[in-house]
Amino acid sequence: MAQASAPRTMLGKIWDAHEILRHPSGPSLLYIDRDMIHEGSFHAFADLKRRGLMPRRPKQIFGVADHYVPTRGRALADAASPAIATMIETFDANMEWGGLRHFGLKSREQGIVHVVAPEQGITLPGLTIVCSDSHTSTQGALGAIAFGIGQSENAHVLATQTLWQVRPKTMRVTIDGVLPQGITAKDVMLFLIGTIGAGGAGGHAIEFAGQAVRNMSIEARLTLCNMSIEAAARLGMVAPDEITFDYVRGRTFAPSEQEWDVALSQWREVPSDADAEFDREVHIDGSKIAPMVTWGTSPEDAVAIDGRVPEPASFEGEEKRKAAARSLEYMDLAPGTPLDGLKIDRVFIGSCTNSRIEDLRSAAAILKGRKSVVPAIIVPGSTEVKAQAEAEGLARTFQEAGFEWRDSGCSMCAALNGDFVNPGERCASTSNRNFVGRQGPGARTHLVSPAMAAAAAITGRLTDVRRI
Amino acid sequence: MKAFTRETSTVVTIPGVNCDTDQIIPGRFIKADRAQGYGQFLFHDIRRSETGELDPAFPLNRPAAAAATILLVEDNFGCGSSREGAVYALVDHGIRALIGPSFGDIFYNNALKNGLVPVRLPEADCQRLVQHLAAFPDAEVTVDLATGELILPADLGRHPIVMNDFARDCILRGLDEIEMTFTYLEQIEAFEKARIGSHAWLDR
Repeated sequence: MAQASAPRTMLGKIWDAHEILRHPSGPSLLYIDRDMIHEGSFHAFADLKRRGLMPRRPKQIFGVADHYVPTRGRALADAASPAIATMIETFDANMEWGGLRHFGLKSREQGIVHVVAPEQGITLPGLTIVCSDSHTSTQGALGAIAFGIGQSENAHVLATQTLWQVRPKTMRVTIDGVLPQGITAKDVMLFLIGTIGAGGAGGHAIEFAGQAVRNMSIEARLTLCNMSIEAAARLGMVAPDEITFDYVRGRTFAPSEQEWDVALSQWREVPSDADAEFDREVHIDGSKIAPMVTWGTSPEDAVAIDGRVPEPASFEGEEKRKAAARSLEYMDLAPGTPLDGLKIDRVFIGSCTNSRIEDLRSAAAILKGRKSVVPAIIVPGSTEVKAQAEAEGLARTFQEAGFEWRDSGCSMCAALNGDFVNPGERCASTSNRNFVGRQGPGARTHLVSPAMAAAAAITGRLTDVRRI
Repeated sequence: MKAFTRETSTVVTIPGVNCDTDQIIPGRFIKADRAQGYGQFLFHDIRRSETGELDPAFPLNRPAAAAATILLVEDNFGCGSSREGAVYALVDHGIRALIGPSFGDIFYNNALKNGLVPVRLPEADCQRLVQHLAAFPDAEVTVDLATGELILPADLGRHPIVMNDFARDCILRGLDEIEMTFTYLEQIEAFEKARIGSHAWLDR
């Protein structure tokens, strides 16, 4: 039993608890506790139907319509095009065909899958959770193994409730200190990705640790884990603690009060052992982080708001220099331009990165009594978040500030539902990807926190929120 | 899945570090039925001008590229969205293997499930290959999965294809993974019974 008593990481513990068997050639056959479905999963359903198979464990599959849903209304007729409406209809049809629980366009539980899953208690400590969406890493914030898969793997899970997986290496990112006023999990992640690079955590599972993380709410931890995929991590996770347990308790698909003590005793075993070893360690001084903004077309192109657009020649390696030059051409930016004060055309607050209630509160605090001078939309992460924001009076603040107050969905982050940034426009966005064309062909994205996006809205320029 | 044993081809170099799956296939195309063929969407927005014509300068649009089935890519290729459409687009275009320093994790797995072979080659070797191909664009590369070797032209040598044996075996034999997993059904069911037994809330 020496093996069992050796100190283990959280990843190792959850992995071991889900390993049905290990193939002689390496990969584990992992048991998958819960699989989340969205409209993009239609390929997986087509695969099942071709094989004459049905979902094997319907109770462990949950569907949410998010990628293609209209945000201007909740009728199918509000969809931006017939082809988009078909995606939503196909989703409903597939879910009904499989006998699967789903939160469609008009459901009270609808929202962005990675906002809904924690909100409904589908995401729990110690679970394995997959979804055919890269930002599934978000859900690791509650102390779960949660990762994105493609449609072939999704079909495999639907058919078998398992996946063949090679165990990732582990990387602990320790964020020490106290984050300064106005600095959020979003800034931490842009800083981290700017430091280690968009490929920096390739092949690794990140465990976030340290004082700054322990102090974070679940909402903020979800933002951290969400963006771990932008550093190429397989997944992100945070050890469950009292904050986690308080958050989970009473949610619809969480353990009931009768089951609570049993669940809690299991969950207390989930965190990494004190002397567990990680394959890599990264330390960040949280107290030194400033509000961050991206200037280029990769999340690693991030600098503090008081920084400048870099000179491509300053990068190491020919590939990086070329990439920076291409980015600047696409972004229509000259090297040396200060980021603070850069004129923008539009603001988007939303996405699985930053659309939870806390994000909305932080944007509202900046917008209170002020007006946006550019077109701006705010898309709550879920219908429940929307209702809560309305009850708290945040919606009114947004509307008075001239923001469009929309229905929930992925919206302008993925730009699949007809919400997009016009060609050539510069958008301050709380989403996760500033890729070429991500928010629409020719769109220029600057990734920021919700407070920074709000500040940009009222000045029409990228603005250091610490001044507001 | 189409089995893959050995592929010899000229090579097209796709420039750009962090070439994300939005570049490989823009989001607006991923609602298409697979039966339509995804090859037409491959690198759509970077292959074409704003008016939709193929840009003759893009490497994949050069006449010599028509027969190539192997791409040489840069670091972190396929990062970003998990959309398997990116792999469908490559496969439907006729691409059978990729060579690059690193790949996005989800993309890498998606590729393996579709018989597209991603070969990790150290950055310095990729550089040498880029330079060689610039001088000898007709040079051929062989991806020999059966022997586990990447055979580069001239004096660039033979390199091991590092891939877990499980994935390699599946691709070599064109194995259907779901069918293969069903052979373990008894173990899955036993495991599941215990798991649900101690986590009853999963079964509601």
